[in-house]
Amino acid sequence: MPPESNSGLGRRLLFVLPIVAFIALAGVFALGLGHDPTALKSAMIDKPAPDFALAPVAADRPGLARADLGGKPMLVNFFASWCAPCRAEHATLAGLAASGVPLYGIAYKDKPEAAQRFLGDLGDPYQRIGLDLDGRTAIDFGVYGVPETYILDRDGRIRYRYAGALTDQVLKTEILPRLDALGRP
Amino acid sequence: MIARLLATLVLLLACVGPALAVNPDERLADPVLEARARTLGKTLRCLVCQNQSIDDSNADLAHDLRVLVRERLVAGDTDAQVLAYLQARYGNYVLLKPPVDPATWVLWFGPPAVLLIGVGVLVLRRRAVPAAPAPLTPEERARLDLLMAGTDE
Amino acid sequence: MIAELGHFALILALLVAIVQSIVPMLGAARGSRPMMDLAPMAALVQFGAVAIAFAALTHGYVTSDFSLKNVVENSHSLKPLLYKITGVWGNHEGSMLLWALILTLYGAAVGAFGRNLPPALKARVLSVHGMIGTGFLAFILFTSNPFLRVLPVPPDGQGLNPILQDPGLAFHPPFLYLGYVGFSMAFSFAVAALIEGRVDPAWARWVRPWTLVAWCALTLGICLGSWWAYYELGWGGWWAWDPVENASFMPWLSGTALLHSAIVVEKRDTLKGWTIFLALLTFSLSLLGTFLVRSGVLSSVHAFAVDPARGAFILALLVIAIGGSLLLFALRAPALRATGSFAPISRESALVLNNLLLATAALTVFLGTLYPLFLDVIGGDKVSIGSPYYNATFVPLMVPMVLVMAAGPLMTWKRADLAGVLQRLRLAFVGALAVALIMVIVTKGHEALAPLGIGLAGWLLFGTLREVAERIRLFQAPWEVVRNRLAHVPRASWGMSIAHAGLAVTIAGITIASGWQQESIQTLKPGESITLAGDIYRFEKVEPLPGPNYSAEEATVTVSRDGRTFATMHPSRLTYPLQRMTTTDVAIHTDGLSDKYVVLGDPQPDGGWIFRIYYNPLVPWVWFGAIIMVVGGVLSLSDRRLRIGAPVRRLKRTEAELAA
Repeated sequence: MPPESNSGLGRRLLFVLPIVAFIALAGVFALGLGHDPTALKSAMIDKPAPDFALAPVAADRPGLARADLGGKPMLVNFFASWCAPCRAEHATLAGLAASGVPLYGIAYKDKPEAAQRFLGDLGDPYQRIGLDLDGRTAIDFGVYGVPETYILDRDGRIRYRYAGALTDQVLKTEILPRLDALGRP
Repeated sequence: MIARLLATLVLLLACVGPALAVNPDERLADPVLEARARTLGKTLRCLVCQNQSIDDSNADLAHDLRVLVRERLVAGDTDAQVLAYLQARYGNYVLLKPPVDPATWVLWFGPPAVLLIGVGVLVLRRRAVPAAPAPLTPEERARLDLLMAGTDE
Repeated sequence: MIAELGHFALILALLVAIVQSIVPMLGAARGSRPMMDLAPMAALVQFGAVAIAFAALTHGYVTSDFSLKNVVENSHSLKPLLYKITGVWGNHEGSMLLWALILTLYGAAVGAFGRNLPPALKARVLSVHGMIGTGFLAFILFTSNPFLRVLPVPPDGQGLNPILQDPGLAFHPPFLYLGYVGFSMAFSFAVAALIEGRVDPAWARWVRPWTLVAWCALTLGICLGSWWAYYELGWGGWWAWDPVENASFMPWLSGTALLHSAIVVEKRDTLKGWTIFLALLTFSLSLLGTFLVRSGVLSSVHAFAVDPARGAFILALLVIAIGGSLLLFALRAPALRATGSFAPISRESALVLNNLLLATAALTVFLGTLYPLFLDVIGGDKVSIGSPYYNATFVPLMVPMVLVMAAGPLMTWKRADLAGVLQRLRLAFVGALAVALIMVIVTKGHEALAPLGIGLAGWLLFGTLREVAERIRLFQAPWEVVRNRLAHVPRASWGMSIAHAGLAVTIAGITIASGWQQESIQTLKPGESITLAGDIYRFEKVEPLPGPNYSAEEATVTVSRDGRTFATMHPSRLTYPLQRMTTTDVAIHTDGLSDKYVVLGDPQPDGGWIFRIYYNPLVPWVWFGAIIMVVGGVLSLSDRRLRIGAPVRRLKRTEAELAA
């Protein structure tokens, strides 16, 4: 049997490296299994809401601008009449508005008539609604799909973004606790 | 959860078709600016697609972003400023070339480091004197003699 | 009834796999010949059973048996027969069954054709292989059973994604699977060698054919996939560094290193640790690919339906297979001793460098694919990694690689004269410089990458030609000697030269196609033309084109140059009412040196249509080169020395004589 070369320990270490690396990798995968790879954290967290001034959806309704935000914690909800999950979450929004939470809406890339019809059919839970015809305001918020809901604090800063349709469950676990923490009236 | 999946799906399906990339009416008149826009477009991710750039995707959002990139270029932004504009809104996720910061050092410097370490190990190992082969056992010597005898076929 | 038969056959296959995993391994440890000889038989029976199951599923698709859940979800009565058949593996469950079919096919092949393998090694190899089969058959039966029934029977199926209804789909997955499932055999050989505690030149000789087959198939599979994406998806590109594409590319890089490393074990009885590691790594990367595609952990255009439960099962398989083998490697591999030594400048060193560069390249692709997940999971930022990253990290690695590739075959074993080798490559260097200079002139000095790419391709091609010339003593000896040598050069040598030349062709194709694509995007009305790259494309007309499960509009575009029309192209737009999807059929006209690529876009309200026309110079060479590489590999495979196995026979005889 040839004598052990003097780099024996170093050599053995080299052979152990692969299994160690793999164990780390397997750990990452196990954690990753519960993950949604498409969920995106907002890059606008803790930044002030962008500047915008949007036209109203109908002549008899107020529009929405940056100046209307702030003063109290509130929700800004991006929706569209052509978006099926937006229909699904509308009941939840209605409940939210009924409980006194300030709720503003932005109609994303929607025609005014279509948006009006949508609100007429399903009810209007919003205090003010802006019409984002070209989607530019949405881009400024960092929106990548509808529906999305943003929590703003009393200084008009974005504190949280939920992408997807709101459900009572999500309200209970994500939205209401944060609103409370921000000192909702 | 299901609803969010559905929303994503609606938008994803828009990307599944063949990439109808830049439309004729999107393009800028100035060829230099347009070329810059195309280069930038290849480095920006379509956020609602699976690993496509905004140039390769026919999703609505990709279209909007392409238009936005061109507007910023016309307004006089540099390439870096355009990328920063989108990065401020969408985070590093929108950049197909990840930034070089402590979080991505392993990503950028990992392979070169491994290569250098590997070459280093090799050079050092080569310097070590290789061990002399073990002497043959009597059985092995007998077998060797037999083999040597049979090789002049 | 037939589906139930298939289901039963699958269960039988699992049981046989379990037996195959245990009995021959015990037999090898005890020296019991009957137990060891069970292995080839079990492998054949396992294959037969899975083949029956596969046939049963195919039958279900062909007859549109909508009582089968898998058929309902993925087929439709209106689908053409070819796509009904290819639809068998166009979904998760069916493709897993194809996986198992090819896995057991390799096992059966070793069982039937591995006649020159020592019984103990063969038993251990097939045992390990049986363990892999057990894992995957269990996965299929417990989480992805294609034979589940659905009641009440729906009237028709939910169809298949129209993009997948394409002849390219018929060949791409089977070849891909023949490739990276095939590396399971090298894996099994490596684990068996670690268990036996011995890696010797004979082992390397036995492993080579199986590794070569898998490599050839994988090369072809990736080539076909890339070509299919090019002509089917209509974006003019052929490689997107998508996670699933990367998942097939990593085993290819590692498998190439394995092929070369095994040669060193065979010829010089050294680099054993490297070779065993690469054998384990390559199949591990294949398993990793399977995990990535099916677990939902990464987003990808290619991914099958997301299912974390299945992902967990595959992860468990990964931990057992990869973790187990790497643990064995950590424990046993240090004891593997080389008997050959080599100088810092030698063919062995060149091949070690080759191993290192390919492994680093694989690491680059690995990081690019998985880093976003890693960062996301540990709570960091969400990053995207696309082509720009790979262009910055992968491409630079190819430069030293190609430089060494041309010199390596000219180097001698144990100790090489580098100065002498470079001296002999003078002409190749001049040639490379010349083509690079031509490139500089053509691009008016604006580009740096193009001359580099072409220069490298030239260096590799001319260097390879020089090596061939030297081998047959061309220009150095009289014609009779050259002719004699030509007749006697082993096929494996031709294979190497051809494969290296093929890579040069591919590199040239990639360089030019990436840099010089010309594009024109315009709205045209019938009768109008566009000029691109000196050719005139005239939009003649649009006609409706009915199909079995789609409605389409087909445009006619004539291409002319200098007044002469040399091509008529028919791009079309297809609408699938069932899926409410629109896809395009790209029209491609190729002359072997470049492609004219025409895509029909959306109709405009004013009666015009959007056209996207691309001129892709040298892009066919990307795939020609890959095919040439496969030809080289197949030629190598047909080398008589791989089949005769002379060293073993002689040893057996003398052992018998010794015993007498």
